[in-house]
Order: sequence, then structure tokens, then C-alpha cells
Amino acid sequence: MTDWLTAAEWEAVRLSLRVALWATAVSLPFGIFVAYALARWRFPGREVLNIVVHLPLIMPPVVTGYLLLLTFGTQGPVGGFLDRVFGVTFAFRWTGAALASGVMAFPFLVRAVRLSIEAVDPKLEEAAATLGATRTWIFLTVTLPLIVPGILAGTVLAFAKGMGEFGATITFVSNIPGQTQTIPLAIDLALETPGGGARAARLAVLSVALAALALAVSEWVSRRVAARIGGRDA
Amino acid sequence: MLEVALKQDLPGFTLDVAFEAPAGLTVLFGRSGAGKTSIVNAVAGLSRPQAGRIVADGRVLLDTGAGIWLPPHRRRVGYIFQEGRLFPHMTVRRNLTYGARFAPAHTPREDMARVVEMLGIGALLDRRPGALSGGEKQRVAIGRALLAAPQLILADEPLAALDEARKAEILPYFERLRDEVSVPILYVSHAATEVGRLATSVVALKDGRVLRQGPAAEVLGDPAVLPAGAREAGAILVAHVARQHADGLTELEAGGVPLFLPRLDLAEGAPVRLRIAAHDVILSRHKPDGLSALNILPGIVAELRPGAGPGVMVALDTAAGRVLARITERSATAMGLAPGVALHAIVKSVSVAPGDVGGGPA
Repeated sequence: MTDWLTAAEWEAVRLSLRVALWATAVSLPFGIFVAYALARWRFPGREVLNIVVHLPLIMPPVVTGYLLLLTFGTQGPVGGFLDRVFGVTFAFRWTGAALASGVMAFPFLVRAVRLSIEAVDPKLEEAAATLGATRTWIFLTVTLPLIVPGILAGTVLAFAKGMGEFGATITFVSNIPGQTQTIPLAIDLALETPGGGARAARLAVLSVALAALALAVSEWVSRRVAARIGGRDA
Repeated sequence: MLEVALKQDLPGFTLDVAFEAPAGLTVLFGRSGAGKTSIVNAVAGLSRPQAGRIVADGRVLLDTGAGIWLPPHRRRVGYIFQEGRLFPHMTVRRNLTYGARFAPAHTPREDMARVVEMLGIGALLDRRPGALSGGEKQRVAIGRALLAAPQLILADEPLAALDEARKAEILPYFERLRDEVSVPILYVSHAATEVGRLATSVVALKDGRVLRQGPAAEVLGDPAVLPAGAREAGAILVAHVARQHADGLTELEAGGVPLFLPRLDLAEGAPVRLRIAAHDVILSRHKPDGLSALNILPGIVAELRPGAGPGVMVALDTAAGRVLARITERSATAMGLAPGVALHAIVKSVSVAPGDVGGGPA
């Protein structure tokens, strides 16, 4: 099984999965919260928040990586603080790659979840309130179950983005085998190395396969959820 | 008992009402835009009125003067919405039980089995709302509101989205609700037939103000109360079944006056509410003779109210109760109608529509 990929290549695959999983898992609760706030609340600074969330989508990834370096680098205000107080380091570590992936994937997650929240009829939430449910209960028992398809779609998008993130990652945490060298960065290195073409091709095929698998799984789950909500007896 | 006083600026008009809803079913009756839904939403806590006070059985839900506004989840109202608003991702059973877990532990609650039986939804429990018909959804919505152990039930035009056949299917459930549930019910409607059949008391609204309030027969017998237009006007008579005749007619008695209707499948002595549409009544100064109509009620003109067109609404006090008749102004003048004049109201028995005959006490 392992002979068609070198140990270094497996390392890149494992690292990519780990980075994408952590990036997705950590950004998910924040993403749902921000999406809910943008969809349902009117507060000062809402437009600013909307723009900030979407900036990574529009800015050159290099700029996002550079800003992360300034903020979360060991010399940066946030990075320095986390390093001193909690011993959490982002610079040139896989955690940094996960952070870069999470930031780049965040707008995809928020957009998908926000759209599904906006599709939930607030009248259902009102109905739950008249039946005695508090805001938290309404969210957990009415809103959340109804936006599961949107959350799944957003999660898959975020995960795929995390697996494929390149520009911000290489700018922020460089290309270090075993720490920050995810599949895209390994492909990039292979392409720059004489005779690395076959290695690049193998990793590219694997990349496509992982993305297709993730999409298929999410489609299947979404269809099951949609069928349940649509009223067919489960 | 529910006491409501509200003042609220709304787009296009100002809501300024004060009324009381005693036990039983109180209908907020008025055209669309009269402020009915705004009132119900204020009672449910789904809106915040600028000024007002709402007290349900001594519990203050809203008092802007004292800075009290209970959020909807603490008001304990069972709200039956026009569109049902069932939770699409839950089975009927989970929809029904949703509210129960939030009700305080010691409150008396409806028995699930009894409610399911009363509404005839036993076969639907494991289905989801998407697989239900409009009428079934509305029955589940009634059950869901009821099982939340509410201290007050609100219904906002719960039949408006249904076709005539479904309306006829749901109306009896609201009658049972009115007769079997002890909490007050506030029911919004602009349909005169529903009001006639369901209301124990009526609050007639016009342009955000209370036109008249009181017992149903009294309010609907007032020719000034025509929220649904003169065409829809009609009075309510309270009768009971006197005897069944062999020729297929049922004899009712209202205030000592006999009334004949096509066969009603009710036992002798059973109470019946009749609604007599104003356009189904003919007036005569003399006791008519040789007429095919069976139902003739002698009475005294109480009030004449000219309408916008050539019509005039005549309110007639009879031994059976207040009857409204809509005739032309020309006839009224020719007959010399004025308050105090003795008349006979002629109602063709077949013109009492079956849909307007409801069981139950007034």
C-alpha cells in the first residue's frame, strides 16, 4: 500500500488531513455563530464584520499570509502573546498552516451556513417561542436541525479549501516538510525539483480523489437530511 | 379572563383598543387591516406595543407603565397560526410534545391521548408535517398549542388558508375546543360564518378601534357591526331541538318560537346555534298567509341603519332573539319602517345553510 507513495509523500497527505480537519473543526462553531449574527441580528458594525469575514476571499492569498505573519508571527502582537502565555506557536508549525487554512476557508463556511439560516422561516422560531422555548432551545431544536444541510455543505467546502490552501500558508509558515508541507506545497516543491513530475502527478491524483470522496459523502448525508425534513417518513 | 388595552402606531393606522375576553371563545372580528393580528401578536409577545397593558387571569403579561414585558416563551399562550407553522423536521408526535417540556412542572396539563383522540390525529403521529394535508396540519397545530399547557389560546385565522371542505372539517374541532377546554380562546376571523358558529363573545374591530364588544348574539345583532360587509351580515339565534318530524324536518325552538330545518342529526333537547343571514330574511307588516316559507318570526323594529348603497339593515327584536334583515331603502320607506313598528320576519327553512348550524351552547 505504501510503496506507491514515498514516506515523505505520506507525510504530506497526513499533514494535509490534519491541517484541514483542525482548521474546519475549530472554525465551525465560530462560523455558525458569525453566520447567525449576520443573518439574524442587526447591530452596529455588522457590515464591517461582513467585509472582514469575506476579505480572505477577495484579497491575494499572499497578502492574507503576510497579515497573518504580522499578527500571529512570534514577533506579532497576538502570536507573541499566545507564545509567551500559552506556549502556542504558529510560526513555521502545522498549527500555523491550520490557522491559514481556517482563515482562508472561513468565508466559504460562513456563506453556506448563512444562506441556510436565511432560508429558515423566522415564523417557526416564533412558534417555538410561544410554545415556551428560550432562544437557546429554539436554536438547538429548531434552527440548528434545519440548517444541517447548509452546515454540511459549508464544512465540506471549508475542508476542501483547507486541503488545497497554498498562497497564505506558504507565505505565513513557509514550506517545511513534516510541519507545514501540505499536499499543495509538496506538489509545488516537486514541480520545482528536477525529475519530480511523477511525484507531483501522484499527489495531484490523490488530491482529486480526496476532494471527490468528501463531496460524495456530504451529498449523501445532505440528501438523507433533506428527505427527513421534506416529510417523507424516515 | 383576558384583559387587553393597547396603543400602537402601525403602518397606515393607529391601533387603540381595550377589551375583555371572558372564558369561552372570543372572536376578534373585522376586515383585513383592522388590527386583529397586531393585537394577537401583542398578546403572544411577538411584538412590543408602545403603550398597553395585558393581563391574563391576573398574570401581567405586559404593562408599559410599569415597564413589564414578558418574553413570548414565558407567557404560556398556545398560538395556533394561520399557516400551522409545524416544525418540518419533527414527527407529528414530537411537534405535539414540543411545548410540554417547557411548561412548569406543577401546571395541570391536557392528556396527550385525550387530545389526540379529540383531534383524530392518532394515525398521523409518526408522520412528518410535509406528508400531511392542510386540514391535518391545522389539527396538529391545535394539538400542539393545547399540549403546551397554555393559560390562553390564540388562533389567528386558522381556517383562512383552507378550502371550504377543509374548513368544514376543522370547525367542529374548534367547537370542541371551546366546549371542552377551560382556558379562554382568542380567535381572529373576518368570516361571518365562523364567528356565528364559534363565538361566545365578539369584539368587533374597525380601523384599529373597537366598534362593539359583548356576547356574540348581541354584537352580531347590531346592524352597525358589519366588519365583513352587509352581504355577510347575519344574526345568531340560540335554539334547541324540540322534535324530529317524519317528513325529514327538525323542529327547533328558540324563545318559544318554533323553527323548522332540514333534518339535523341531534337528540331532542340538544342546543343549536343558528345563524340567519340578513339577505335571507324577508319582512312583512302583516302576518303572511299562504306562503311556502315555514319560519315566521314576529318582532319589533329595534333599529334601522342605511348602508352605502340602496340597502338598509333592519334589526328586529323577536322572542327568539335579534334578527337582521337587509332590504332596500325603497321598501323600508314604502312599508313605513321605524323603530317600534311591529313586523314579521320570514326565513325560508332551506335558506339556513347547514354550514351555519353549529352545535354547542352559546
